[in-house]
Amino acid sequence: MNIDQQAEALISCWSCKGPCPQASAFCHTCGAVQPPGQADHFTRLGLDVSFEIDPGVLDSFYFNLQRGLHPDRFATRTPKEKVLSQAQATAINDAYETLKEPLKRADYLVHLKGMGVFPEGCNLVNDQTLLMESIELREALAEAETRHDVEVIAARAADDIATCIRQLSELFAADDIEGACRLTTRLKYLQKLAEEARAQKAKMN
Amino acid sequence: MANLLQIHEPGATPTPHEGDSGLSIGIDLGTTNSVVAISTDGKPEVLRDENGAALVPSVVAYAPDGSAIVGGMARNLLLDRPDSVVGSIKRLMGRGVEDIKSLAGTLPFDVSPAEEGETGMVRLNVAGHRLTPVEISADILRALKERAEDHLGHTIQAAVITVPAYFDDAARTATKDAARLAGLDVLRLVNEPTAAALAYGLDKDAEGVYAVYDLGGGTFDISILRMEKGVFQVLATGGDAALGGDDFDHAIAEYFLDERAGKLGENKLTGSEVKMALMTARLAKECLSHESSGEWVLDVGGKQSRHRLDRQTFEKLINDLVERTLKICQSVIDDSAIETSAIKGVVLVGGSTRVPLVRSGVESLFGKAPLADIDPDEVVAIGAALQAEALTVGSDTLLLDVTPLSLGIETMGGLIEKIIPRNTPIPVAKAQEFTTYQDGQTAMAIHVVQGEREMVDQNRSLARFELRGIPPLTAGAARIRVTFAVDADGLLTVTATEDSTAIEAEVAVKPSYGLSEEEMAAMLYDSMKNAKDDMTARLLAESRVEAGRNLNAVRSALNVDGDLLDGAQRDAIDAALEALQAAVSGDDRDAIEGAAEALENITKPFAEKRMDRGIRAALRGARVETLDSEASNG
Repeated sequence: MNIDQQAEALISCWSCKGPCPQASAFCHTCGAVQPPGQADHFTRLGLDVSFEIDPGVLDSFYFNLQRGLHPDRFATRTPKEKVLSQAQATAINDAYETLKEPLKRADYLVHLKGMGVFPEGCNLVNDQTLLMESIELREALAEAETRHDVEVIAARAADDIATCIRQLSELFAADDIEGACRLTTRLKYLQKLAEEARAQKAKMN
Repeated sequence: MANLLQIHEPGATPTPHEGDSGLSIGIDLGTTNSVVAISTDGKPEVLRDENGAALVPSVVAYAPDGSAIVGGMARNLLLDRPDSVVGSIKRLMGRGVEDIKSLAGTLPFDVSPAEEGETGMVRLNVAGHRLTPVEISADILRALKERAEDHLGHTIQAAVITVPAYFDDAARTATKDAARLAGLDVLRLVNEPTAAALAYGLDKDAEGVYAVYDLGGGTFDISILRMEKGVFQVLATGGDAALGGDDFDHAIAEYFLDERAGKLGENKLTGSEVKMALMTARLAKECLSHESSGEWVLDVGGKQSRHRLDRQTFEKLINDLVERTLKICQSVIDDSAIETSAIKGVVLVGGSTRVPLVRSGVESLFGKAPLADIDPDEVVAIGAALQAEALTVGSDTLLLDVTPLSLGIETMGGLIEKIIPRNTPIPVAKAQEFTTYQDGQTAMAIHVVQGEREMVDQNRSLARFELRGIPPLTAGAARIRVTFAVDADGLLTVTATEDSTAIEAEVAVKPSYGLSEEEMAAMLYDSMKNAKDDMTARLLAESRVEAGRNLNAVRSALNVDGDLLDGAQRDAIDAALEALQAAVSGDDRDAIEGAAEALENITKPFAEKRMDRGIRAALRGARVETLDSEASNG
């Protein structure tokens, strides 16, 4: 088993035709850029699979990868290298965008860890408390007449979002994926509400 | 040993043209003025004419034989031969006839009605010719290229060209097409505010979050960027591709013409009166940026009228326009999720930021005095030149830009489904799955639009993609995966595959406002008397780059795994390497291709041996690992 995996992890470099580790962005022999290959977003950016991410570390890993792989580094190279660099940079951007925001990160991590456990995904609303809470806040927002009213709701949403993210951290740390899944749904609602509050505020300008 | 040395010899990878390829230019192709600059060893230089002027007015005058004059001389002909002179053509890039209607009055263009089978791109009548904005822009680019060539004493092939960040796909494509017509390879389309940030950040060693407020002749952009350690990361961008200093001119001109009509008791305006009023308005605007009032005379058709204007009235005339830019700023700040107070500075770009009302508006919105230490007219071209150098000779700086507008597709009932939201870092790709709704269906159409509104007709139509060659299956059985990819130039490509059969569907593009492939080919042919020579040179250059890659790959492989070969095998590969190296130094493309193929054939067994060795080493490593873990378990 182990042997097969090891042997599989080698590919033939498209440029020098020699052996090249599959997970490597560049050929170890000739330095040619390789296709992005399959990897989860954490691994692609060189991070541990965890909800806890230091934004500074995320940024610096992201920048370092783009420094080597962004299409701007391949502007005078062969068409094949341009295509591969675009594919690499696209995959890195996708990983960065997903992991940067807590909601997207939580959603992704639940799917990554709970593959097969939650076939319906996390959007299923069977949580009565959440439903009531969301309806109540929506109504409050709809009835808000002044900028101040909206700001009060927005502040409450912001508070709830912060709490929700904190709780998510704890649940992921305890490997309680089912609990994390429920909270991710709540976070989704809260962020949507915050967004609507922002839009309403913009309209009042 | 001799061979190893050869690898490191500086002369080992020369190509005769490599010396030239290090020199590419940066072009700020503006609505009112354009600027060309070049950077060597990190030192950018704006290229000026004999009078020291950097700005080339983006005005083209055409002679009846079709030859073009660009710049100040063309602008001087505007009043004498208004039908032969075009300005502000950038406003029409990637636009259709119906867009012009909404700009009617602002733009004294003579629009030619569309002909059978043409795309929606605008065509103009100029000096008896029917020209597209792409061709007219190409003439401006050609003039800028010539200025650079005169300055440097040799030909220029590649350039970085800046575009407004808020330019949509159609306008970007039009700009790239114009460059192709002008014989320039576009190394990259860079967003104007990003280019300005690059010039500013490198020059001032700026770190932190900055805003770039860029109000040009015809376009407005606002970008929020984070700059640190050579990385320029755009957090959010927004703007209006049809709002600029031209509109200030127009507001003043309208005011003058209203007065004139009242004074002279006429209300029918001639084309010359409008053009004259616009020119005078521009002078008034520039004057009122440092004086408090002035007086101007409109002298057209033997009739004179005098017009007084003070700064207060001028500011009243343009107040709504400036307010519009500030509102856009606010929503982009919101998008960036950055508090206004956390923005360290606001950089002013574009000639129109000289207007005092603009400066004071920006200052009160951001709560700090804006920065304009680098000439706002030249900063974009300087950034473009720096990036052109970075792309050709390499650099540590990194520009990470975003999509300015959301990209979506038309769904049932004229609604839009967003595929790529605005402010997503580029390059980006998103896949979407579609299915067929009829048995045996082999084609389907996808309408791609750009914009933030909910309905199709409120957004900008980019193109209709027709997928053909879908394998005929029962309705709903086909799984067609359509991938929308936006590259580092901000340009969209669409590819499609049927998942259950892995058959690649053919994608035919009908750009809504672009040029069709045939039109572009015909223009390219017309534009180059020596089109064939140019094509040959391009193909030769491509073969050289490809051969250079091949040489490097084989040499690196020999360096690592050379011991796998016996003497005769090694000699054969060395001979093939030398032959390809010799061919690359020549001008015969077929010889290069032939030598490359020979090298490829002769190294095949070598490649197999290398893979064998790699796999065996991997297996050995795996066994050792297994043993290790067994040992530790025991």
